[in-house]
Amino acid sequence: MSTSRLLTYLRQDRMPHVWCPGCGNGVIMKAFVDAIDRLLLDPERIAVVSGIGCSSRVTGYLNFNTMHTLHGRAIAFATGVKLARPEFKVVVMGGDGDVLAIGGNHFIHACRRNMDLTVVIFNNNIYGMTGGQYSPTTPEDTYASTAPYGNIEDQFDTVKLAINSGATYVARSTVYHYVQTVQYIQNGLKHKGMSVIEIMTNCHTYFGRYNGMPEPVQMLSYFKEKSVPLKKAEKMPPEELDGKIVIGEFVDIEKETYNEKYEQLKLKLAFKEKE
Amino acid sequence: MSEYVLMQGDEACALGAIKAGCRFFAGYPITPATEIAETMAKELPKVGGTFIQMEDEIASAAAIVGASLAGEKAMTATSGPGFSLMQEVIGYASMVEAPTVFVNVQRGGPSTGMPTKLAQGDIMQARWGTHGDHPVIAIYPSTVEEVYRYIVTAFNYAEHYRTPVVFLMDEVLGHMRESLYLPPDSELKSVPRAGESVLEDDDIFQPFIGDDQMLAAPLIKMGKSRFHVSGLVHDESGFPVGAAVDANRLLRRLDHKIRLHADEINICDEYMTDDAEILIVAYGSVARSALRAVKIAREDKINVGLFRPITIWPFPATRLRQLLKKTSAVIVVEMNLGQIVYEVSRLNRRSTKLELLSKVNGEMVTPQEILDTIAKVKSEVLDL
Repeated sequence: MSTSRLLTYLRQDRMPHVWCPGCGNGVIMKAFVDAIDRLLLDPERIAVVSGIGCSSRVTGYLNFNTMHTLHGRAIAFATGVKLARPEFKVVVMGGDGDVLAIGGNHFIHACRRNMDLTVVIFNNNIYGMTGGQYSPTTPEDTYASTAPYGNIEDQFDTVKLAINSGATYVARSTVYHYVQTVQYIQNGLKHKGMSVIEIMTNCHTYFGRYNGMPEPVQMLSYFKEKSVPLKKAEKMPPEELDGKIVIGEFVDIEKETYNEKYEQLKLKLAFKEKE
Repeated sequence: MSEYVLMQGDEACALGAIKAGCRFFAGYPITPATEIAETMAKELPKVGGTFIQMEDEIASAAAIVGASLAGEKAMTATSGPGFSLMQEVIGYASMVEAPTVFVNVQRGGPSTGMPTKLAQGDIMQARWGTHGDHPVIAIYPSTVEEVYRYIVTAFNYAEHYRTPVVFLMDEVLGHMRESLYLPPDSELKSVPRAGESVLEDDDIFQPFIGDDQMLAAPLIKMGKSRFHVSGLVHDESGFPVGAAVDANRLLRRLDHKIRLHADEINICDEYMTDDAEILIVAYGSVARSALRAVKIAREDKINVGLFRPITIWPFPATRLRQLLKKTSAVIVVEMNLGQIVYEVSRLNRRSTKLELLSKVNGEMVTPQEILDTIAKVKSEVLDL
């Protein structure tokens, strides 16, 4: 992989991007085009759909068929794209607030249907674009602009939510772990059916500042120290995993997708009509 | 091939849409629009199209915009509560100029209201339901045959003007079965969607460039051109811009593309308006009672006529203004607390006597009620 080749997947005339210096979103954007490049996918047959939020601005910079849609609704728009054009690789990119709070209902139902989508969640544990409010993944007892006395809510575990809702490929990585991030996005793109890749990313501007890590490096170090590979985590007692980020590929199963089943139905009815 | 068939309004809506080239439908069950989804679930896969029942109306609306931008003609159908949920997506469809059709089979509201009863309470919501200034086209037929014909028109307007079209129906129209003439294909022309590229290799597709008529370039299918759309204020390329001049240009063009073409978009029907001293304005299923009332009144030698807007938005102001000049009184009949009456009032510069016959109990306005209003207005204005 050469960096100059990866640049061809970006709309360089749309730079500079809106993200803060040191933001992890750029790492995920690079990992994504790196994965596309390694898989030799045709850019004209890729559609990327996003909602609203810092990470959702990624669609403006990616040189594919791109849709910057409504807050929380990216998965629903993407479902329409995929069903209208089954030959497309359809990717949804969005943040924890976008996909798991306002978009939570669409997320679980796309998982349940095993819709052939790849969902990349940029999880920075906070609403960045609106200035640092707590999200469904903000850890308990951490601070946010709307949790000035500490967050009293429990958080979603994205991986468990995806698996229990029916997603057939589920992985988690962090922006510190670039190699794994590229690998998981690649595997997600290759996977047939609903794939969910959660990537922990740093919002040092808000989450970091509210919680004693105002520098990007502090947050990357945090991801490095708190991360535990899945294989190791499986052998650890649950109390030791408290506050840790388990990274790895949690589920990778083969199962007929909604899209395959619907295509079969169309074929069956077409033959029936002919008889 | 043409023939007469017995069909329900909701069913005619679905079958007419398929005739118009609709190949994607996403919906959520709701009375009295469910039969549209049921018909689509049965018929779409047979013609190579796709039906999906989404998790709610927001998702249904979003899915049809996704499918439309990807390259398929797409529609959803709902009733009041679902229509409220769809409003944000309708605004998005206006902004990205996605050809889409949103059917609202109206029922009694507000809130859950009267799910199985007749009402026309969503007329203003069809116009102003989503936030911000935005263009909209709304069509509202009166018979099952018109549902079948005008849903094709709705799809054609959506493609030509690149805009969401609201197709209004009501509980009576949706659930009524009547005989209709199934027009042959030659009578129902549909505007096709362009392919993946209309340009030479090196040119970039500008999805939002307006022509001298303020119309956006015809939408092409997602693919070769790799275009971008956003609900943010954008320039011709589709990418967000912050300049005041660009924002002004976009908002004005979106408004003008409908406003400047109102006369070619407007469809209305008239019955005995030439010598009418009293003009009835009615639309949707209610216009059927109004037509009956006019026929009875004419037998009694009362000069009454019916004006029936079929395009509700933009409101057919040009024609109504002409009629207002030569009538002595106008009666607006509607199954709400008065919505279209304000449009008529706005055009009524000579202060012609304007009477509202409003009914909100869920039961159809009867011809007798309209005849009573005609008699009242006649005694007040004509018999002086």
